[in-house]
Amino acid sequence: MALNAEESGRLAALLGGHAEQVTARWTEIVTGSLRGRLSQAELRRQVQDLHSAIATTAGQGVVDLSAESSGELRAALTELSRGRARQGFSASETTISIFALKDVLAELVQKDGGTNALHDYIAFSKLVDELGLFTFESFVRTRESLIADQAEQLLELSTPVVKLWEGVVAVPLVGTLDSARAQVVMERLLQTLVDTGSPYAIIDITGVPAVDTQVAQHILKTVVAARLMGADCIISGIRPQIAQTIVALGIEFGDIATKASLADALRHVLRLTGVETARRQPRRDV
Amino acid sequence: MTTGVDLGQPQAQAIRSDEDVVRVRQLVRSVAVAVKLSLVDQTKVVTAASELARNTLVYGGGGSVEVVIVDNGRRKGVQIVFADSGPGIPDLDLALTDGYTTGGGLGLGLSGARRLVDEFEIETSAETGTRITVTKWSR
Repeated sequence: MALNAEESGRLAALLGGHAEQVTARWTEIVTGSLRGRLSQAELRRQVQDLHSAIATTAGQGVVDLSAESSGELRAALTELSRGRARQGFSASETTISIFALKDVLAELVQKDGGTNALHDYIAFSKLVDELGLFTFESFVRTRESLIADQAEQLLELSTPVVKLWEGVVAVPLVGTLDSARAQVVMERLLQTLVDTGSPYAIIDITGVPAVDTQVAQHILKTVVAARLMGADCIISGIRPQIAQTIVALGIEFGDIATKASLADALRHVLRLTGVETARRQPRRDV
Repeated sequence: MTTGVDLGQPQAQAIRSDEDVVRVRQLVRSVAVAVKLSLVDQTKVVTAASELARNTLVYGGGGSVEVVIVDNGRRKGVQIVFADSGPGIPDLDLALTDGYTTGGGLGLGLSGARRLVDEFEIETSAETGTRITVTKWSR
């Protein structure tokens, strides 16, 4: 699909000869498709970058997107699609910025006429298709890496260990507790117990939608591991429907303290440690 | 089998990985909400589905699940069919005993799931694998 030297020369001449006209018309077409979500100046700059990258590459002779000499062109396309992907534009909104060049070239070729007009247009059109596909591919790659980053962030985010009080740490569990996450939770909790020297840990399952035997087993294992390290665990956030399900399943938490809410669990621990909480009495002068 | 009439299309989901178990849970929950099960019953049937889906994956070597809304004239319910072509369950009574496990779990999944639903049927053989049908009716 690469352009040969002759076609490249004519493309370079077309783009170079009408630089102002090409970028203006190109920007105009793209603006319509983006519905003003990108500033005119920003768009014009992007189009000018693309224009100069294509013109430069065409000026060097054969245009072949996979060749070494097209490095600059590839970089320009990648930069464009990356930017658009991060700004939340859709794939078609991104690739249309490239395909718009077809319309521009069609108008130019038609005006110039010449014996090679049709032949040239087909060749240019194929090149634009290739550029568009490349942009699409790199758009998808950017989005995929964004998703992978987010999945990782989610795993980090969903397993915090927080300090509630002197000597009391809590793990608020949210979402699905599969083996991978259970492992992360257990490691974090045990490490935090060591780091803070806390004798009490509260595992809060308010945010876990369903407690099945696997989830229960993960929690039990975490509690046993914490106990081996000398810390006491309390499970909180047992809602009525979860309590009934646990009973029906036949899961027994044995002598592990369980509470309906995190507040109850904290109060329980404070009482165990001998901390008294009382409402402050307004002081009156007698 | 239940004498219920199918309402709408049965929804199928393959069970090939841990993520699929999560998808089964979400599918069952959405159907349970659609037939207006109470929150307790929703949680029960979702938990039962989670247990059985994991059994299908771990012991049956993967399989498929089909969720359908059934209606017996008076009440609506959720019916879930788990099917695998694994080695079957050699001793069903033993497998349904609380605390019996061959996989290192708590040994409560199968027996617990039976207590969580209203109807529980199990067909198993070494040749055709295991097929479990459970139904939970709205109250």
